[in-house]
Amino acid sequence: MTDIAELESNNLTRIDGAADLAALDEARVAILGKSGNVTLLARTLGSVSLEERKVLGPQINQMRDRLAARIEARKAELEAAELEAQLAASRVDLSLPAPPRRRGGVHPTMQVMDELVAVFADMGFGVAEGPDIETDFNNFTALNFPPKHPAREMHDTFFLPPDAHGERKVLRTHTSPVQVRVMNRTSEKLPSWIATGQEPPIRVIVPGRTFRQDSDQTHTPMFHQIEGLVIDKGIHMGHLKWTLETFIARFFETDRVTTRFRPHHFPFTEPSAEIDVKCDRSGGEVRIGEGEDWLEILGCGMVHPNVLRNCGLDPDVWQGFAFGCGVDRLGVLKYGMPDLRDMFAADVRWLAHYGFSAFAAPNPASGLS
Amino acid sequence: MKFTLSWLREHLDTSASVAEVVEAMTMAGLEVEHVDDPGARLAAFSVARIVEAVQHPNADRLRVCQVDTVDGRKEIVCGAPNARAGLTTIYAPIGACIPANGVVLEARPVRGVVSNGMLCSAAELQTAEESDGILELDGGLAVGTPAAQALGVEAVIDFEVTPNRPDWLGVDGIARDLAAAGLGRLKTPAITPVAGGFPCPVQIRLDDSSACPAFAGRLIRGVRNGPSPDWLQRKLLSIGLRPISALVDITNLITFDRARPLHVYDAARLSGGWIEARLGREGERVEALDGKTYAAGPETCVIGDASGAIGLGGVMGGASTGCAETTTDVFIESAWFDPIRIAQTGRTLGIASDAQYRFARGVDPESLLPGLELATRLILDICGGEASEAVLAGQAPARPAPFTFDRNYVQALSGLSLDRTRIDAILADLGFGLDGDVVAPPSWRRDVEGKADLVEEVARIAGYGALPATPLPAIAPPPGGVLTPRQTRMRIARRALAAAGYAEAVTWSFMKRATAERFGGGAPELVLSNPIAADLDCMRPSVLPNLIEAAGRNARRGYPDAALFEIGPIYRGDQPGDQATVIAAVVSPHPARRWDGRDVDALFALKGDLEALLGEIGAPALQTVQGDSSPWWSPGRSARLQLGPKTVIAEFGEIHPAVLKALDVDGPVLGFELYLDLLPEPKRREVKTRPAFQPSPLMPLTRDFAFLLAGSVQAGDLVRPILAADKALITGARIFDVYQGAGVPEGFRSVAVEVQVQPQDRTLTDADIEALSARIVAAAEKATGAKLRG
Repeated sequence: MTDIAELESNNLTRIDGAADLAALDEARVAILGKSGNVTLLARTLGSVSLEERKVLGPQINQMRDRLAARIEARKAELEAAELEAQLAASRVDLSLPAPPRRRGGVHPTMQVMDELVAVFADMGFGVAEGPDIETDFNNFTALNFPPKHPAREMHDTFFLPPDAHGERKVLRTHTSPVQVRVMNRTSEKLPSWIATGQEPPIRVIVPGRTFRQDSDQTHTPMFHQIEGLVIDKGIHMGHLKWTLETFIARFFETDRVTTRFRPHHFPFTEPSAEIDVKCDRSGGEVRIGEGEDWLEILGCGMVHPNVLRNCGLDPDVWQGFAFGCGVDRLGVLKYGMPDLRDMFAADVRWLAHYGFSAFAAPNPASGLS
Repeated sequence: MKFTLSWLREHLDTSASVAEVVEAMTMAGLEVEHVDDPGARLAAFSVARIVEAVQHPNADRLRVCQVDTVDGRKEIVCGAPNARAGLTTIYAPIGACIPANGVVLEARPVRGVVSNGMLCSAAELQTAEESDGILELDGGLAVGTPAAQALGVEAVIDFEVTPNRPDWLGVDGIARDLAAAGLGRLKTPAITPVAGGFPCPVQIRLDDSSACPAFAGRLIRGVRNGPSPDWLQRKLLSIGLRPISALVDITNLITFDRARPLHVYDAARLSGGWIEARLGREGERVEALDGKTYAAGPETCVIGDASGAIGLGGVMGGASTGCAETTTDVFIESAWFDPIRIAQTGRTLGIASDAQYRFARGVDPESLLPGLELATRLILDICGGEASEAVLAGQAPARPAPFTFDRNYVQALSGLSLDRTRIDAILADLGFGLDGDVVAPPSWRRDVEGKADLVEEVARIAGYGALPATPLPAIAPPPGGVLTPRQTRMRIARRALAAAGYAEAVTWSFMKRATAERFGGGAPELVLSNPIAADLDCMRPSVLPNLIEAAGRNARRGYPDAALFEIGPIYRGDQPGDQATVIAAVVSPHPARRWDGRDVDALFALKGDLEALLGEIGAPALQTVQGDSSPWWSPGRSARLQLGPKTVIAEFGEIHPAVLKALDVDGPVLGFELYLDLLPEPKRREVKTRPAFQPSPLMPLTRDFAFLLAGSVQAGDLVRPILAADKALITGARIFDVYQGAGVPEGFRSVAVEVQVQPQDRTLTDADIEALSARIVAAAEKATGAKLRG
């Protein structure tokens, strides 16, 4: 009779010594297979006495279970080792670059537009739009620029050719004609995006393209303005001042900005004002919030009674204010682009340098930019 | 408009400094543009006297001077030939910055002798162009007198005159506003009329046009013209005007002192004994005082005499009748010209004279005779002679009509709380007549037409600083935000494209007409009459050319891999409805080479970006239609996305190589243009609740179908009919293989589609799936003629 203990010991040595899954399987067959040594040993039980069988049977069975478990354990070990070896062989050099991805961005003028809309939406202003090609009436006459008045000359207007009636359309020189469109009820059939006369009270801003025949470091033939218009009962210059001071503080995101209101003249507002912000220009670039220089940033005033009348509103009932501001210039002041002309050159290096992340949408929780 | 402090002080009793004047002007609405202050540059310099000058021991051309200065006696080395004992000159201390060259003086030895300062020439102080020695000043000047005072140099204030205030084009008008603003007392010298000694021998005639409604004049005989006196020359020079002769200088003085332009004629050169203001005649020409000859047609106001046109009324006098040294009899013109006509004449003829500038903005219509009298007085004082009686022909426009002014309106419109006394004091200071509630604007304030104008006057003089910042009344913001769905879409599109790797550009609304024509535009009504440049003369019919050219420019700078987009307007005509908003993008694919050798199909990548964009902005399902693209697209590699058979929402693909060649841009360039306004707007829902989420508990299954499709049919057309074959069960269909070659008949493609089926309430049986497959095959065949591949 084989010594069970010795057999088990030899088998365990063989299992543990199996170097790979194939060797382990060979061992399994040699131990537990049809002609495996444990199987053969169990078969000898038939030729022993009942007494002996009662003793040996359980011993052999228990040994077989232990060996089977040991084979499983060894198998798991070998599988794990094999996986590790495979993984080690499939190492990649992760210092290599990922597939190239273009980085896009939002143009600073458009970012500023979004910022302005956010600031004014919070004060209850809607957003109105109007066409870039305007009538002389909307761009000038309705805004109290008398025909042939020198004030028109100051606008450096782009003209389109005269039509059959001799009337020349203009490229709007400011966003103010949208004031007229917002107030003046008309029967003209217009696309839905163009503002049409609404009943006061009115509280809108008008962002958009504007055009003047001018080009140098601080002027471009096309630029962007944002217009504001508030019409209600009892609106006075104090409301204008609060609105603009609030806007400037929120837009520049600093309470270090000092402003001053200064009388000026615009044909379509009375009284009229310009607003300056304190800045430092000594270093060649403009720095807001420091220094002793003043820089004009916007024009504003109480809507001229003639404009209200031209739009069918009674100036003894309704009054309000309007303001207009260069959006590109606001961007220059806040973000420091040195030359306005670069704004429209679509140089990818400039766009990458001054552009904004797609996810930098202005919001009240994380700030404007 | 330029003036100096001393000139202002002739009209305003004030002790204010230049800085205080500038501040007061700015806050009263007179926007100072520039102050040229030589005094500031000369602050360190002062009068000194040389006590002793001896030869420098080591240099022939240098002298060592003992100088009495504001800092006591100093030893100064000087190279000027005129440095001599007793000379009164200007001293610069150590540390001073020499205006002409910016050098800061240091105490250092000059050939062995330390110079403790410097003696200055006029050129070094920039008070003269050149000089040949140090300044030689009046010996009566006290040592230590500031140089600016000793040299009589003054700050020049230059400010922008808004078009509503022609009265600020005279120093008297500036003084009036500053007096009202509390800077001093107005003391403009009164004008006393000069009695004429004889009737005016020159008759004044006016035509019945409104070009020159009033014309005053008089003759002064026996004058001696010549250089004007020093004080007058210095005054004109101080604001940059060139002295010419006494007679002309006097008119220039009054132009700037009183905003009253005048003209003087050599009476001996006038023909016929009369002078007239009338409209020009066809073909008439005038040789003006600037030596140029101008056409003076029927739109122009001319001054004429028996010889014809002799001047451009209100704009520039004529050469034939100008005053010269030899003039002995002078005729003075003081007229009022129609501002609009003068403005037009100035524009048409390209003349911007001081007179034209003032008449175009409107001269005080009551200044004709006072201006004439002031000129007479000055001419008699300076040039002598005898004045005729003054003559006034015609009538200048009346002053603005008085109107009732409720003083409460000041607070109602401005928010300023001012009592009536203060309001009335401001108005009176500005020259307004007050009679109870009625306010009469002065003759020089033709801009004032109503009560809002008076509020501005009161508010700006009271000071905008006092405006009470008052919060706007709170209003409930509209539910769902202030933006329209279209505006929201533009914002989403911007950020979606930026996130997809496109850089946002903003480009001109105008482009070269030839380029516009290439992209379906260039209609004559969209060509600018006065473009800023010849290649920016036409409103753009598409954003693509600007972006393509931008990609080209970037490539030429060494950055060929551009991906740009713009959201902006295009113009199909000159009516408001002709303007549309597009979202355009271009890609000039030059991606970096990849170490893994893999590649991306740029055209399908672009299509993917466009589809993702359409998804983000909530576009409905669109049909891809190939073969009808606009001619600037490459025909085989572009398509339209349509909503129904007619509405083209977008075009995309590769730009036609011929177009790229014409734009001088290396290809390939791909792009899309999406017409935002044509997308149907989503309904704004007030209730944001979404339908309940009801996922099926059953696993989805997929089945693959391979179809034989005729080569002329778009593979993509298979998808829609398959999806429609069972809208409840089929949740997806996607082409995953396209094959041509062995086993596929000539002229056909094998297109394999993976269809996703989502069982809803029960597991599908084999029979269910077979029936569904049959419907799919039938639907595909019906729509496209596709046959299931055996």
